[in-house]
This record gives sequence, C-alpha cells and structure tokens, in this order.
Amino acid sequence: MADNTIEGYTAEKPRQMDLLRFATAGSVDDGKSTLIGRLLLDSKSIFEDQLEAVEATSQSKGYDYTDLALLTDGLRSEREQGITIDVAYRYFATPNRKFIIADTPGHIQYTRNMVTGASTADLGLVLVDARQGLTEQSRRHAVLLSLLRVPHLVLAVNKMDLVDFSQEVFDKIHHEFTQFATKLNIPDLEVIPISALQGDNVVTRSEKMTWYSGPTLMHHLEHVHVASDRDLVDVRFPVQYVVRPKSDDYHDYRGYAGQVAGGVLKPGDEVVVLPSGMTSTIEAIDLFDKEIDEAFPPMSVTVRLADDVDVSRGDMIARVNNAPKPSQDIDAMICWMTNDPLRPRQKLAIKHTTRSARAMVKDIQYRLDVNSLHRDQDTKELGLNEIGRVQLRTTVPLLCDPYSKNRTTGSFILIDEATGVTVGAGMINSGS
Amino acid sequence: MTQTHADYQLSQLDQLEAESIHIFREVAAEFEKPVLMFSGGKDSIVMLRLAEKAFYPAKLPFPLLQVDTGYDFPEVLACRDRWVDRLGAKLYVASVEEAIKNGIVVDDGKTSRNRLQIGTLLNAIEENGFTAAFGGGRRDEEKARAKERVYSHRDEFGQWDPKMQRPELWSLYNGRLHEGEHMRIFPLSNWTELDIWHYIGREQIDIPEIYYSHQRRVFQRGGMWLSESEFNPCKDGEVVVEKTVRFRTVGDLTLTGCVESEADTIDKIIEEIAVARVTERGATRGDDKFSEAAMEDRKKEGYF
Repeated sequence: MADNTIEGYTAEKPRQMDLLRFATAGSVDDGKSTLIGRLLLDSKSIFEDQLEAVEATSQSKGYDYTDLALLTDGLRSEREQGITIDVAYRYFATPNRKFIIADTPGHIQYTRNMVTGASTADLGLVLVDARQGLTEQSRRHAVLLSLLRVPHLVLAVNKMDLVDFSQEVFDKIHHEFTQFATKLNIPDLEVIPISALQGDNVVTRSEKMTWYSGPTLMHHLEHVHVASDRDLVDVRFPVQYVVRPKSDDYHDYRGYAGQVAGGVLKPGDEVVVLPSGMTSTIEAIDLFDKEIDEAFPPMSVTVRLADDVDVSRGDMIARVNNAPKPSQDIDAMICWMTNDPLRPRQKLAIKHTTRSARAMVKDIQYRLDVNSLHRDQDTKELGLNEIGRVQLRTTVPLLCDPYSKNRTTGSFILIDEATGVTVGAGMINSGS
Repeated sequence: MTQTHADYQLSQLDQLEAESIHIFREVAAEFEKPVLMFSGGKDSIVMLRLAEKAFYPAKLPFPLLQVDTGYDFPEVLACRDRWVDRLGAKLYVASVEEAIKNGIVVDDGKTSRNRLQIGTLLNAIEENGFTAAFGGGRRDEEKARAKERVYSHRDEFGQWDPKMQRPELWSLYNGRLHEGEHMRIFPLSNWTELDIWHYIGREQIDIPEIYYSHQRRVFQRGGMWLSESEFNPCKDGEVVVEKTVRFRTVGDLTLTGCVESEADTIDKIIEEIAVARVTERGATRGDDKFSEAAMEDRKKEGYF
C-alpha cells in the first residue's frame, strides 16, 4: 500500500523553496516576541492548540489582549520569571521560502546568545522602539551582527503606532543608524517602520504610513537574495569521514565525505590535499548512490580521488593554486562565553572545521568595547561576554581562511579541557 | 536532485538533508559508540534514510536501539523489520516489559508506558556503553524542544539541564564527555513536520501503513480516538465504532490517538497538514496533555 501511495507524490513546490536563516535581536520591551508571534500568526504557522493555550494564559494573567509574546516562551522557569534564557529556534514558511529564526534574548548572557544566533544567520533583524530611538543596545546588536559577518541587516523601527506613525521620527532614526552603520561592515541594510502589535508593514502594507514606499518586513524577508552570499570561487572541502565499505561489492571503494565549505568541485579537477600537499584529480563525486557533475556549498557529498593518496579526517581538499596556508599562529577575534576569564598562556582545546587541536593564548591585544568600538589595549584578560583580539598558537596547523572570506573555514570554537564546555567562539583575521 | 545547478542554489530540503548528513558524519567520526534511537515513527525512519545516505555505500557504522513498550502497533514493528533487513543493520530492543520484570522501572499501574520508557532507555544506554544516541526530535514540535541543541549533553543520570546547555555555533559541534555521560544528537532539529512529509514523498520512503487513511475500530477517550486493542480495554461508557482514520504520530498504542482522515496518499497528507489547525502532538498524544510543561519534565529526566 505504502509504495503505491508514494508514487502519487507530485508536490513540486518544496523542490524550489529556498531557506533563509535570520537572527532577531532586541529586548522584550522592543516588542521582539510580539513581532515573532505576529510573523508566525500571519504566516499561519501557529496552531489552534498553541493559540488557545496562549489565550488562556493571557486571560488568567488579566491581560486585555492576547499576548503573542507568550507563543515564544519556552521553558517553565522562563514563564515563571517572564524572561528568556536561551536562544530559541522558530520555523515558518511562505510558499517560496522557509524561515528559521534564531530568537536571542535581550538581557541575560546577551552577547553570548547573540553571537550564537548570528553565527548561522543570513540576515539579522534589529528592533528599536520608535519612542526611544537608537539605544546603546541597538548599536551593540548591529556591531555584533557585523562582527559575525551576517550579510544582510534589517532595522525594524517598531511601535510606530505610539508615535502617530510619524515620518519625522522614522527619518531621524533612519539617518542616525545609517551614519553609525558606515563604521561597520554591513553590505546590505534595510530600514522599515512597523507596528508589530497592529501588524503595520509586517505582512500587510500600512495604510497609516503612506509616506513609506519600501517593502514590508515579510516582503523583504521573502525576497532578499542570499544564494550569492556563499563563496563559489575558492574550493574548500574539509574531510569529515573516510567511507570504506570493506564489502565484496565495493572492495576498493575509498571516499572522502564532507560538506563543501567553498567553491565548486567537479570531476577531473586537479586538487591538493592539505596539510600533506599531495596532489591528485577528482575521479568522481558521489551523492548517495548517484555520481554528480558538481558540488558546491553547502552540499554534503563524498569525493573520490584518482590516486591512492593518504587522506584522513581533519585534512582539506583545495585547488592546487588556491589553497589556504597551514598555520599554527592564529590571529582572531574571540567572544568569551564563560565566567572564568580568558588569560594569556591559558591552554584550551580548539575545534576548527573537522580538525581538533590544542591552543595556547599567546597574547590578548585588545578588548573591543561593542558600544563605542573603542579598543582597550591595556586589558589583561577577557571576561564573560567580552570580545577581543587574541593571538593563539596551536599544536597542529589549522587550514584556515580569514572569517571575512569564508565563515566556515574562518571560524572555530574553544573548549575547556577540564569541564568539556564550549567557552569561546573565534573569528580568524589571519593565520601566519 | 538534478545533475547541474546553473544558479548554484540548493532547495531548502536539500539544505536540510546536507546539514543532517553532516551531523551524522561528525558523530560517527568523533564518538566511540553511537546508537540510533529508532521508534518506527516517520521521524526516526527519515533519520535512518539520512544515515543511509551519509555512509553509502558502506553500512551504518552504528546499531539501532528500539524501546519496546509492549504496546507497539504491529504495522510499526513490521516496517522496522523491513528497514533493518534492507540496511543489514544491527538492532537492539530494550523492552519495558523486561525492565519491569528486572526491577529497573516500577509499574505502579498509574505511570504510562511512555514514562516507563525513560528508565528502560537510560538503562539500555548505560548497559551497552553508548556515548551518543541519535533521536528524531524536531524543534518545531514543542516549546521545550525549541531551545535544545543539536548536540544535547546528558549527565551521568541521563538528565538534561536547559540552563547549562553549551553554546552551539556555526556547524562546529562540541562532543566532549566525561565518564558515564552521553550525548543526545538531534539531526532533524531544523526540520518541520511538513519538511518530513515532503522528504518522505520525494525519497519514496517506506513508512508504517497506519500513517495513511484506513478503516479502524476505535473508541473515544479524553477527546481522542484510540485504537481498539487487547492492551487497552474499553472502560464503562466507551463505545467501539468503525472509522476512517490515520495516525499523525505513532507511539504507545494505548495513548496515541488517530484522526479522522481520508488522506491515503502523501499529497493528501501534506494538504491535510498544511491546513491543519492543531499540532501533531496536541491532536494525538495523551502523554503531552497532562501539563503545559509535560515535555520539559520528561526531557529533563532523560526522555528522547
């Protein structure tokens, strides 16, 4: 029975649908949870039982309206305290695109959570309250998104209903933010006036802000072009796992499995395996039981080489005249994520692509004040939620690129060897 | 998948697939003794399909573990056996029945089989020394799951501590463990119920027949249609009737309700879900109904 029915599968849409991952930043007061609730509700991603639960809770708390923010409250301890303690992921879809929201809380552990949410995001959504204008917090959000190289940024000026939908108020915030953004690395910026509570310019165009001619938030999220953000030039293939079936049918099969981190790989390409420097040719690229003509990010494939070279996990396949230089001295921006501060000469475990090693802190060059962009060079350590420029020496060479060139081969995490906890996130400036 | 990509764009299903395969390979490379928790439900079957793709043409580099409540649907067990045969995988079955007999968990007559699975599962993980256990959980399923990591750390008691989760950045997963601890791995974290169905359709995946519309003798309890079964005798006032139904989730048959449905093909199921106004768990899972925090509590204790 199952076989017959499956043949009836005709849906074409999901084959073309693409994906946008975005991170939201802002505190409860900015109306962030209300906005997410609104996006979920208006895209019909909220189910009756979820809405009923939220309506019941709103009533029992004596609210006048259904608090959409309750839709995104996760854990009981959070509901009891009315706070959000961690990054939460939400999902919704429109006919052409699926969205993954990394919803990061505004207060506790702010930087750590924001950096986590932004690390995988194509777009960052910063909310400000139109009555307050830009705050220290909104500037900090923009700095972090820029540091994490999130290529698209949206500033949503919320609560326009509370400033009489005033163009003047909006223009002032718009101007101030654009000025500030010139100091940052933001390739694409959109500023949108909205009211999350009333739905203006969220999904439907506001009739009260006819002076605004730009897209609604949803329209922008649906149409922003993200495919071109990936590096399709510089081939980077970190080897994850060696597939050796050791079966009669595939006696001599030896495939290198991994996820393409950059460039386009094709059979016949001349490649180099790092760090050994041995060269070979791509014989075939397998995707499950099919051989494919090309592989590009973020495909997970298995590469077979024409020659019997020694390749193992942690190695990288690149092009002969375009390969990262193996390096044990790493210069990086590090976001510190634990209470005990990062200090010079500290030893940590490091994970970079599929390579694990140990690293020693050689020097902390400066601490970056994410509010003023001031570089504090007198600093001796990095505390929880602080970001600084650090020099590391690793036990084995890393096969890395600058983070500005490739977010996969330019990033790493630091792990405390005693506790096993992830304590730092690094973005490589350069290896030498 | 087509052979060439003029625009170098991957559809969202292909992106999800690539991400999940990456996770499977990381775990196989970095953990000493992984296991895939297999329930026979659609999510764990999709996991199995992704694992098959991740290591092809080699066999799965880890076994499967099923917790047998003793109240499983026979169609689900049959589908499980088809998959195990086809992949030549090794299957461990941890029986709740056995665990009760051996005093590992206590059946006080009030605790559901679903809850008794926790002790049975943790015991099986400990006894076999599994260091990583793949689960089919999705973040869209439930509020407590929305905050869970792909690599979800469990202490030596198998507990999840939501406040002590490790930050998870990029696709760099931290698999460090101490003696006696283990990791739960959720390769389907970013999939939604609809994604799962589209993938089942696209890949022509064999799932238990009870997901499709069929005739069944059912009775109503707690607002749900439950299957007539020797394990689940009717109480006073409960009347068995024949209905055209299908299951949206499969679990312990004494607790898993079905919905009235004519959807007998993947297309119709997708259409039905797309307009459904109730979550799959809200509609058909008695185990999540007891309190708003039911899932959160079970997860902390070590549930799937």
